[in-house]
Amino acid sequence: MIGIEHYIVVSAILFVLGVLGIFLNRKNIIVILMAIELILLAVNINLVAFSAFLNDLVGQVFAMFVLTVAAGEAAIGLAILVVYFRGRGSIAVDDPSRMKG
Amino acid sequence: MSYASSFYFTMPEIILAVAGLALLMVAAFAGKSSARLVTILAVAALFGAGIFTTHLLIDPAYSLGGDAFSGVYRMDAFGGFTKLLVYLATIGCLIVTPRFFGPSGEYRPEYPVLMLFGAVGMGMMVSAVDLMTLYIGLELSSLASYVLASFARNDDRSAEAGLKYFVLGALASGILLYGMSLVYGFTGATDYLSIRAAMDGGLSGGLLFGIVFVLAGLAFKIAAVPFHMWTPDVYEGAPTPVTAFFATAPKVAAVAILMRIALDPFGPEIGSWRQIVIFAALASIVVGALGAIGQENLKRLLAYSSINNIGFILIGLAAGTQEGAGAMLVYLTFYVAMTLGSFVAVLMLRDRDGNQVEKLSDIAGLSRSHGALALCLAAMMFSLAGIPPLMGFWGKFVVFQAAVNADLILLAALGIAASVIGAFYYLKVIKVMYFDAPAEVVEGKSDMAHWSVLALTTLFVSPLGFLLTLWLGDWADRAAAALFFAA
Repeated sequence: MIGIEHYIVVSAILFVLGVLGIFLNRKNIIVILMAIELILLAVNINLVAFSAFLNDLVGQVFAMFVLTVAAGEAAIGLAILVVYFRGRGSIAVDDPSRMKG
Repeated sequence: MSYASSFYFTMPEIILAVAGLALLMVAAFAGKSSARLVTILAVAALFGAGIFTTHLLIDPAYSLGGDAFSGVYRMDAFGGFTKLLVYLATIGCLIVTPRFFGPSGEYRPEYPVLMLFGAVGMGMMVSAVDLMTLYIGLELSSLASYVLASFARNDDRSAEAGLKYFVLGALASGILLYGMSLVYGFTGATDYLSIRAAMDGGLSGGLLFGIVFVLAGLAFKIAAVPFHMWTPDVYEGAPTPVTAFFATAPKVAAVAILMRIALDPFGPEIGSWRQIVIFAALASIVVGALGAIGQENLKRLLAYSSINNIGFILIGLAAGTQEGAGAMLVYLTFYVAMTLGSFVAVLMLRDRDGNQVEKLSDIAGLSRSHGALALCLAAMMFSLAGIPPLMGFWGKFVVFQAAVNADLILLAALGIAASVIGAFYYLKVIKVMYFDAPAEVVEGKSDMAHWSVLALTTLFVSPLGFLLTLWLGDWADRAAAALFFAA
């Protein structure tokens, strides 16, 4: 029988994968955008699983809001990425920063 | 609660949202030439929303709050106070912008529209009493901010700042949201009232995880150590008026939601989050002070200064009392004035060709060529360092007093000791301006809009600002009382 614990564990794994994807990724910035989506998906799994477990609809409504905002966020992220690419012709994470710190 | 009163309580947001959408249409059809008109109308809309907020604020019937839309949104003195601060900061940043971009043609009418949407989001954030409203408001203001950071499209640094802000901001939202989902799962509700009621019954492990994740996500948004690493890069890369905006309005809103969420729904569990806040406060003060010392870039320096200031503000939160909350609001008010003034002073620095001057060594001997500007900047620096006749001292004083009264004497002592380190680099800026051999780089012409904002903020932090403290202290007390009335 699959209980609420299984969902929480899956979502925790997805969340950790997403966070690691942002920090350990050495390739390009698109991968970071995918990692961000992974984090939001982990949240949605949590929300829907809890919603079913608690017999309460609020969690599913929240998940809908998260989905909508995630779409807007991805659109804005890609738009900024295009501006960035136009400026320097590369979206590699290793590309040296223009600012020191 | 009827719809009529719901709309009445949310009127500031409705005014701004409708104005934003209408101005977006103006911008779309009239094109680039409408930039100035759109800016003026946006400032007017912010004034309108501010006047309405004041009207709600001084009406005694509403000062302790009225819920709107079945309890997801609350208009109270706390929300009103922080909203007014946000609107004033946004107006300040908006009126200095057109001249900043100047004749280069980079200024477009989208800019004021984005700022309006940001202000709507921040207003929703500070009035939210439900995790869903909070999230939507936060994202609305964040999404506008990401675009604003990369607004100077021809500048590589601006695009990089936008990208960094986006990635780390989205990560912060993700962490916050994960925390919210855990809080929802272990309390069974998303509204503050029910969360608080559930929390009174004790703390489970999952709920503690949720609280920690929520606080970590918010620490990202207010740039508290250890989640501050994006701040210097974003503040340096973004166009200066946008940096001034980031350092003021969204920060006020983020601190406000941190206060509301920590003291209202998480209030019963203060014992479990106080240690985290104390650590973040001390670490922010120390890292902000030490990080700024080696900086050559003025905007980076001010970024570390804002990290430093967030540390002092968090001391008020660690106190966890009504007095602490009031002290935070007073500090926030002065922080907004000082930060806005410093950034406006920095954006007035131009060399002979009209390019931005951002290096510390370039303002050497500024007092001889631009006496008034140097005086204003020096007043800001003294105030940020907390030197007594200026208002920055008053902010630090009330925060430390609240900490001492809450028996956090060690925290207050360490904070005061660390603020001495911070004074070093503020005084260094003054020393460079007044005692170094002139670098003769800054040429700039004066501009009315810049001067008016700079003069107002300087007057506010000057000893004349004491005339306002009675009024300010009273409003901050009422705002803090509203926060604790709900709790």
